[in-house]
Amino acid sequence: MSPKEELAVIGKPLPKVDAWEKVAGDTRFADDLFLPRMAYAKILRSCHPHALIKRIETSRARALPGVYAVITGADFPPVKFGIMPTSQDEEVLCTEKVRFVGDPVAAVAAVDEETAERATELIDVEYEVLPTIMSIEQALAQEKVRIHEYGDGPNIHKAVSLEFGDVEEAFRQAHLVREDVFYFEGNTHLPMEQHAAVARWGPDGKLTLWSSTQTPHYVHRAMAKVLGLPMSHVRVIATPNGGGFGGKSDPFSHEMVVARFAQLTGRPVKCTLTREEVFYCHRGRHPVLMWVKTGVTKTGEILGMHFRSWLDGGAYGSYGVASTYYTGVLQTSTYKVPVYKFEGMRVFTNKPPCGPKRGHGTPQPRYALECHLDKIAADLGLDPVELRRRQLVDEFSMTANHLTITTCGLGECIDKVVEASGWRDKFRKLPPGRGVGFAASAYITGAGLPIYWNKMPHSGVIVKIDRGGGVTVFCGSTDIGQGSDSVLAYVVAEVLGIAPEDIRVVTGDTDLTPVDLGSYSSRVTIMTGNAAKEAAEKLQGLLFDAAAKKLDVPPSALEARARRIFVRDDPDKGMSFPDAAQLAEAAYGTLAAAGSYTPPMRGGKFKGSGVGPTPAYSYSACVVEVAVDPETGEVRPVEIWIAHDVGRAINPLLVEGQVEGSIYMGLGEALMEEQVFRKGLHKIPSMLEYKSPTTLETPEIRTVLVETLDPEGPFGAKESGQGPLLPVIPAIANAVYDAVGVRVDEVPITPEKVLKGLDLRAQGKEPRVGPERVPAARFPEPIRVPLPGEDSTLEAQATIYRRAIHRREGPRS
Amino acid sequence: MPEFLTLRVNGEPVQVIAPVHKTLLEVLREDLGLTGTKHGCELGECGTCTVLVDGEPVLSCLVLPVECQGQEILTVEGLAASGRLHPLQQAFAELGAAQCGYCIPGILLTSKALLDASPQPTRDEIREALAGNLCRCTGYTKILEAVELAALRMAGEERAAAGGLGARAAGQGGGR
Repeated sequence: MSPKEELAVIGKPLPKVDAWEKVAGDTRFADDLFLPRMAYAKILRSCHPHALIKRIETSRARALPGVYAVITGADFPPVKFGIMPTSQDEEVLCTEKVRFVGDPVAAVAAVDEETAERATELIDVEYEVLPTIMSIEQALAQEKVRIHEYGDGPNIHKAVSLEFGDVEEAFRQAHLVREDVFYFEGNTHLPMEQHAAVARWGPDGKLTLWSSTQTPHYVHRAMAKVLGLPMSHVRVIATPNGGGFGGKSDPFSHEMVVARFAQLTGRPVKCTLTREEVFYCHRGRHPVLMWVKTGVTKTGEILGMHFRSWLDGGAYGSYGVASTYYTGVLQTSTYKVPVYKFEGMRVFTNKPPCGPKRGHGTPQPRYALECHLDKIAADLGLDPVELRRRQLVDEFSMTANHLTITTCGLGECIDKVVEASGWRDKFRKLPPGRGVGFAASAYITGAGLPIYWNKMPHSGVIVKIDRGGGVTVFCGSTDIGQGSDSVLAYVVAEVLGIAPEDIRVVTGDTDLTPVDLGSYSSRVTIMTGNAAKEAAEKLQGLLFDAAAKKLDVPPSALEARARRIFVRDDPDKGMSFPDAAQLAEAAYGTLAAAGSYTPPMRGGKFKGSGVGPTPAYSYSACVVEVAVDPETGEVRPVEIWIAHDVGRAINPLLVEGQVEGSIYMGLGEALMEEQVFRKGLHKIPSMLEYKSPTTLETPEIRTVLVETLDPEGPFGAKESGQGPLLPVIPAIANAVYDAVGVRVDEVPITPEKVLKGLDLRAQGKEPRVGPERVPAARFPEPIRVPLPGEDSTLEAQATIYRRAIHRREGPRS
Repeated sequence: MPEFLTLRVNGEPVQVIAPVHKTLLEVLREDLGLTGTKHGCELGECGTCTVLVDGEPVLSCLVLPVECQGQEILTVEGLAASGRLHPLQQAFAELGAAQCGYCIPGILLTSKALLDASPQPTRDEIREALAGNLCRCTGYTKILEAVELAALRMAGEERAAAGGLGARAAGQGGGR
């Protein structure tokens, strides 16, 4: 690894490569596309949460002047789709049954949106209404009413059980065993841009789809499947996303609807969802009920932990299988948990489908775990920070559930926020109504496995050099605002010794760019970064070879920097980058190179081991100071301190932006945001009533970046876009307890709940607000997995560590 | 019924034939091709579609163009007069205040109205002015910093124009 000061681009607070067009209003989002002769589509959605479709009559809609076409599910092959191969349970337009209010039933293409909208009202659908299931308890109680016919039991989408070591034995040896129950209400991404898609069917019989999607490759696969087309005749272009946060990671009905309409009408067709539709399309944070039991020593060391989660998945599978595992896997990646058992279950309900939202399945258990540990610290009379600080996972170690930890800067993160926040002078010392809370977390830097099983790279990059020295980078990644286009430019600029502004980045186009799996699981910087680095290094090799011949020095004597290639020890001896490019092209032909990246295969050898492994974990520690109004129950965050181990900040400005955005989003989830329903209808499907923090509710955020230079990351980088959200929510809950002595074990922490807790306290009762019980456990027999080191994996594991340590000390870059 | 409208947009007169019930947002985007103005709700709730009408922030999704005839309409496309970025745009780009950038045109225009009325606002005044513009990416921190940096630079430019010490603005660099 090059020392920091040697890097010219990496680590510098540069503007994003697309910053200028964004501030100029030049960025073309999907709804900004207007094509000649374009038609507009609207989707008729179910008004019932659960019903059979008896009949759909579209003749009145077809007869409306200005209507080009009306389609129903009968206009598509009888094929279902879904993001996970094991949960192909969605239809473009429902044919037999609707499963939530908002399920798509029919669609209209017309001369304008208004006409299309009016025509949808003229479609007559006859439903036979079915009993509805609106909660986890109802789903498990209903044997006869079935939302889907597949899964691990009646209305059970997925049930998993894994045991790593003997937790009961650990509890027997413990000084204290504590059980707690928590509930995390669902909430949604609320990207500022509504989803939009435009399709064009060319005269060559090929389809082009522009869509605000985070995962063009997966949309590409789904489109081909549903439309019955070869993938080679489908081009998916991901337009810049006006915010994603996970909400644009599934293939969606409207994308396929516009494609079919384009085919039927011979016109380009656009569909932009209304804000209300975005609330119903959802795929956001799962409501999760959680039970956690932990045994600890007198000094708070964890001996064993047993965690159960019940996820309310809504009406379809989406990413739910992965979400279920994610509620269980990362409990072991912050503090040492020598023995661990996890049981998780995702149920179907007649609500909008849940999926991945920033932190995917891990903010809920992190909230539960960090509040639970705070209670344990209180039981033992220990400082909650100290309790955690003394049992952090070791660097380059393996957890009980076979996750490989590489670098871990959590200790430094904790020290930094403790100092910056003045924790020691504040915890249990602030006046009544004021309090501080602490929490820490870990998050994956990219999933170890792709969504569908294959052995191909997760990310590919092609770099091409023009004769004038201009460089173009091609990659399938999608910029959703996080700056992934910029990361490509920074990495290539660093390796080739040019400036990011000399580079054009072409991304998210299945015709032009090599596959990148998409903007999810915090995978983009590490995977595209490593792939870009590989491609750029190949070209650097050619440039150095050509320049070395001309300069009559060995290639190893050369350096690329400031748009020049020169002799390191004699910087005046060299040439410009374009001159080197021309020499190299003359010598070796067209200058283009590909790089690709596949994460290391590190999971255990058991079913379910695919979720949780990652090249590297990021770490965060957070302190929040709150003021709680005892009259209104309102919780006001006063200031938030966060330290985040990002491995290496490729651009500190962008990393800070990711951290601040995560903090903000966690704050909204902690205090106000929730998806709530009445008889299947969303109670608050608008930006006014679905409360999210404005400038007035968002306090000052103090961010500290910690760098650990992870051997797996490009220039040492780990993730920053999701992990920092995790500790905010429990830190706020813990701060509320410090402020007013009330435990709110249910998110969001609304004024009503705080007041209820204060009332209980005034009555001398336990000042706790939250779920009282959990459903009877109906989990499968656990898969009992030997702890690492208990079987022959020991030697393999030791090899991994040796390699990791070697890489860190004798780095590959 | 379509109506013949004469508007002034970004300092230029434009003629449009559009149904009278079409909102200013729709006419700007669909009839005038000014897609820099975005929408997040079309119900007046998110602030994304903010434009300036005679210098005042207005939610273009709630306004009919017929109401704006004879008034100066400013959209993000008009903010960079003669191809030179407004100091707000410059500061937003430099400080990473635009992540996905979707809310940014509305926030830039709201900020411009603020700085025109109050050239040296406090952070709380900026928060107050931007309270109606939702952003889901940034946590607002870099947006507040960028407005402050732009205000500083504009004050420096004014001093320079008045023959004062113009170097100060240039010396702010990235404001970090």
